[in-house]
Amino acid sequence: MSTSDPAPANTGFPTGRRAFPHRDLLAIAQLERHEILYVLHEAERWLSFNRRAAKHNDVLAGLTVINAFFEASTRTLLSFEIAGKRLGADMINMHAAQSSVRKGETLIDTAMTLNAMRADAIVIRHGSSGAVALIADKVGCPVLNAGDGTHEHPTQALLDALTLRHALRRRGESGDDFTGMTVCICGDITHSRVARSNLLCLQALGATVRVCAPPTLMPAQIAAMGAEPFHDFDAALRGVDVVMMLRLQSERMNGALLPSAREFHHLYGLNRRRLDLAAPGALVMHPGPMNRGVEIDSDIADLAERSLVTRQVETGVAVRMACLEILTRTARGVGGWGDGSGTVAEASS
Amino acid sequence: MNAPSSALFAGGTLVLPDRVETGMLRIEDGVIAAPGSAERDGPCTRIDAAGLLVAPAIVDLGVFAVDRAAFHFGGIARAALMPDQDPPLDHPARVNFIAKSGKPDLWIHPLAAATRNLDGTAIAELALMREAGARAVATGRRWIADSAVMLRVMQYAAMLGQPVITHAEDGFLTHGSVATAGEMATRLGLPAAPAAAEALAVARDLALARLAGARLHLRQVTTRAALDLVRAAKAQGQDVTAGVTPAHFMLSDLDIGGFRSFARLSPPLRCEDDRQAVREAIADGTIDVISSGHDPRGVEDKRLPFADAAPGMAGAQTLLPLTMTLVRDGVIGLSRAFELLARAPARILGVNAGALEPGFEADLILVDPDLPWIVSGEKMGGIAGNTPFDRQPVQGRALAVYKGGVEVSAAGSRTRGNPRSVGSGGH
Repeated sequence: MSTSDPAPANTGFPTGRRAFPHRDLLAIAQLERHEILYVLHEAERWLSFNRRAAKHNDVLAGLTVINAFFEASTRTLLSFEIAGKRLGADMINMHAAQSSVRKGETLIDTAMTLNAMRADAIVIRHGSSGAVALIADKVGCPVLNAGDGTHEHPTQALLDALTLRHALRRRGESGDDFTGMTVCICGDITHSRVARSNLLCLQALGATVRVCAPPTLMPAQIAAMGAEPFHDFDAALRGVDVVMMLRLQSERMNGALLPSAREFHHLYGLNRRRLDLAAPGALVMHPGPMNRGVEIDSDIADLAERSLVTRQVETGVAVRMACLEILTRTARGVGGWGDGSGTVAEASS
Repeated sequence: MNAPSSALFAGGTLVLPDRVETGMLRIEDGVIAAPGSAERDGPCTRIDAAGLLVAPAIVDLGVFAVDRAAFHFGGIARAALMPDQDPPLDHPARVNFIAKSGKPDLWIHPLAAATRNLDGTAIAELALMREAGARAVATGRRWIADSAVMLRVMQYAAMLGQPVITHAEDGFLTHGSVATAGEMATRLGLPAAPAAAEALAVARDLALARLAGARLHLRQVTTRAALDLVRAAKAQGQDVTAGVTPAHFMLSDLDIGGFRSFARLSPPLRCEDDRQAVREAIADGTIDVISSGHDPRGVEDKRLPFADAAPGMAGAQTLLPLTMTLVRDGVIGLSRAFELLARAPARILGVNAGALEPGFEADLILVDPDLPWIVSGEKMGGIAGNTPFDRQPVQGRALAVYKGGVEVSAAGSRTRGNPRSVGSGGH
């Protein structure tokens, strides 16, 4: 399989530029629609690759990728680790709990240290919005944002888009994007980087997005980002093609922002009755881990052919493989991927 | 300090309280002489100010650090130091030390902490601190949440004849926030508080000041709603003044895009409509004071993710040129600019300075109002270069600073030995 084909034919690329002209993947907000489509296109082949018995490729052999997670994570870390290993990279995990960050070292010093270790890519999760961009500014290798505070979680949005695309294909509704579809994102919008990234990504791909939350968990002027805000979950669900539930962090349930988990479930829990308000056959997504019985009922979470929750996890590995592979092309000297300036430096044949 | 301090400024444009005119300004014994009064015998230095403005030196009301180099660069001869020091200015001895610390060429006017340790619960020794040299009472960076404490502070300050300088933001609403709630904060995923936190606090402080009969100075008023409250209170004759820093008439919350921690301020940057409201309030007199809020912060405080960085900016060096943009934009005239920068803050502090008036201290600056220069956090001098205006072209520089009629150099020309010497006279 060639890694240097510049672009799929159907995504409306500007000519003379690399298909993905960014050194880092920091936010969906930085991406053009055709760049999102290109990442999805690249992830497609890793999706089928991952379903083979022998899931190993050495395209990233010899490269070192560091997972620097300053905030606890299980599934995203695991997903990136599997993605890197399947591509043959040396994956190193750095947990903040075990690192010098706890000893008072500044974030910049930690970044400089990682940089000095000559990583070929760094995957970063951090609890502060903008922290990943700050590190990216100080290091000399590609940086992938695996979640920064309540800002963005771009690989989650990309994997959600790819999951949704495949679910539609399985139902015979082809099409690369989501034009004409309506998606409802429900839960703690204020504190959700998943919501922000998905809102931007889904809209870039043509979907209409509704967001639903109590006022205490709805950020100011969300409509300025193009979303239609709802407080009434039943109204928000009416006629939607996809319901995307967000995880409610337990620390929000203590009475400061919400009276209780059970009241949240009463108002915003996705159950069978509510799902029936959506369009026939509406799909259910959740970035995980789920609070069963709080934001989503178990029978909905496990609904075959409607719930995409485990598909999202599977797709996540493929999307992260695509991201790692694309962002290391310049370092690997892939033809046509130039010197990082964003323009095609040499003719790709 | 017995330096001969008779001088004649000739050929320059004098920025007088009510007009701007070419003329001569005579200094006798460190004090501005009455025009036409008889010249005295003795040495008199003649200073050629041709092509320059002769203006009152800036009186910077509410700085967080004594930053001699930055103040000199910015044309500041007096600065009122916020009580938020380590330890806080809540004790007469510390106030006394600070009051003498900059003399003779920089006068620091300490602001007494309203409450002990600035924690908003117990009233500090306001009378003793006044005697030690405090020029006003200030709540510091924080809001005093307990209205009963705030009322008592105001009653006490009223008895002492001192103004109360408040930070007007409802601390419960702003708790944990680093930005103003709105589209930018939502896009960036930053913890945000509604802009109304300011109007709420301003309304309360206005009501308490009326009750206590206190003079109130709201150090920074940055939103349309709060400015409307101040305007209405002034119309009713309340003794209230309002200030602002250039950040809030130059920048809006669009400038926090890219998570630039130099734009993390307190109060946070507001929406564009509020920025316009600040400019209108400067034009119509609702805002009385423009100050720097000078808060130099090193990389350990600023080279951090936006929400983890300390708020504040180094502002002393850019206070004059950024205020001059208002003159250039036709928002205010030159006399009014120096009213905002010098005369009004001096009046609030109760010092005979801040204007070219006979009998006032000869704290002067020579200004080239059009001199173009590029703001550079690294090159301007001062403790730190954390300015959101870094690399921006501006116009206007103070070319010389005179304190009491004697020129001051960046290093403090008149001070022998320890520049922090406290041995040069009383307050």
